[in-house]
Amino acid sequence: MRIFRLALRRLAASLPTLLLILVGMFLLLQLAPGDTVDALMAQMGGGDPALAEELRRFYGLDLGVAARLGQYLLRLATLDLGFSAIYGKPVATVILERLPPTIMLMASALSFAFFFGLVLGVIAARRVNRWPDTLISTLGLIFYATPSFWFGLMAIVLFSVYLQWLPAGGFSDITRELSGLAAVLDIARHLVLPTLTLGLIFLAIYLRIMRASMLEVLSLDFVRTARAKGLTETRVVARHVLRNAMLPMVTLIGLQAGTMLGGSVVVESVFALPGLGRLAYESVVQRDLNTLLGIVFVSALLVIAINFLVDILYARLDPRISAES
Amino acid sequence: MRALRAYLRSPPALIGSAILLAVLFMAATAQWFYPNDPLGLAGRPLQWPGANPRFPLGTDPSGRDIAAQLFHGARVSLLIGIVATAIAVLIGIAMGAVAGFYGGWVDTGLMRVTEAFQTLPNFLLLLVLVAVFGSGIETVTVAIGLVSWPPVARLTRAEFLTLRTREFVQACRVQGLSDAHLILREVLPNALPPVIVYASVVMAVAILLESALAFLQLSDPNVPSWGNLIGLGRNVLRTEWYVSAIPGVAILLTILGVSLVGQGLNDALNPRLASGR
Repeated sequence: MRIFRLALRRLAASLPTLLLILVGMFLLLQLAPGDTVDALMAQMGGGDPALAEELRRFYGLDLGVAARLGQYLLRLATLDLGFSAIYGKPVATVILERLPPTIMLMASALSFAFFFGLVLGVIAARRVNRWPDTLISTLGLIFYATPSFWFGLMAIVLFSVYLQWLPAGGFSDITRELSGLAAVLDIARHLVLPTLTLGLIFLAIYLRIMRASMLEVLSLDFVRTARAKGLTETRVVARHVLRNAMLPMVTLIGLQAGTMLGGSVVVESVFALPGLGRLAYESVVQRDLNTLLGIVFVSALLVIAINFLVDILYARLDPRISAES
Repeated sequence: MRALRAYLRSPPALIGSAILLAVLFMAATAQWFYPNDPLGLAGRPLQWPGANPRFPLGTDPSGRDIAAQLFHGARVSLLIGIVATAIAVLIGIAMGAVAGFYGGWVDTGLMRVTEAFQTLPNFLLLLVLVAVFGSGIETVTVAIGLVSWPPVARLTRAEFLTLRTREFVQACRVQGLSDAHLILREVLPNALPPVIVYASVVMAVAILLESALAFLQLSDPNVPSWGNLIGLGRNVLRTEWYVSAIPGVAILLTILGVSLVGQGLNDALNPRLASGR
């Protein structure tokens, strides 16, 4: 319960940050050349100024900046994100439709990076400065330097074009009607390459952090005690070292939630996944500023939610944190 | 001197320096090897590397020389990397120094702003900035600098927090020196080494951000950027995959060089940490 209260307090502290982001973005987007109405008129193939005036009044774009900002924030409080003129639907609906692929992609990429980063980091630390360590550390450096979109393209060439093992893009096979387990497996097959692509750089970061943190914990006194009382090395690592060495990695998940969400913009675009990131890209190209602002809001919420979960996880791993408060 | 010798003894640092020197060489000699416009028509489109001795790395879908774009692209990547990093480091140091030195409500306020920037996915913010201010090469560079400073600010602030209570700073304070003098002449030089090391990470990320933006065709199309070329190659990926593959290797090697140099600097400047790694 204490843990929960602690995390709730952190959550409350992020409210001013959220407000700052929203006001900043709203003001920033005021500087954009052209508004939704201009984009709409361009889509309709032009129109007379009177119609544009009418549309501006309809969307409330004829008011002053301060008035519109106030209105926007008030509407946000009721989770109304406004209307997307490009998609002809409320922004909230558009975003909700696009949210599941992004969350699935992020969850699978995070699990992939976390698990393999942990395993490789432990192996490297236990064979420090010998060939498994050198190999793993070098691979980590190369993965870190690989541009994700390029890795994705090359993976498509190898696995989809030449070997034809995996689909090149999309979220599910639209030529077949699938249901139940078959549909789940189909989506999973489509997510393999995007997961690898998005997770690669995080795998590199996690394995480096895990290795460094393992080495540090292995040199602490309580590990010597555990060894002295005759535990096998495997047991020492599994029971005593791992839990402590994992803490920096857990911190990193929270810190990099935003980076991962940003990375999914590129990855979703490479693999034509109908997710939030691609929506962000499309709304930039189509100048759908209402949707863009909504995506920024939802992304910030997502990052705050991930940090909330990380706080709870952290406190569970390290009982000292909740004891201090 | 000791730091320099330690740097020269580390193999990763030497490999990294060699790679970066090669990229610098490409950037410096681009005009000399390929005096013509790298974005101009050079020959028949989509010739495979090696098929025509005039184009050792082949031509892209528009009949432009890939090798020429690679050489001129090195300039763009390095320029964007260096300028954007300088912007990010300057903003980060200014924010972090003021927040860490003064503490109190100034610190709280500046850290709230930093948090806001960190909560917002940086690539998303970059997209918004490009959408608002256009995608000229100068705009893109400044925008990348604007989204990359928060970690620098946090690092500088942490250094300032530990340094500002040290005896030598207090001695200067007692002498009645101004805050500006204390920040710039006393604390900052001691806080700089970790920030300089971190600048290599900022530069690697800046180059990656630009190439990702160019890949999405949201960067300046009139500049021979490696990311642009990867994006163009995407349309012919199934058959002529080399168009995307070659510039990607160039980006990979450049980032690798920057990271290795950063790691070498870190080991040389922080000898206490180096022993464990």
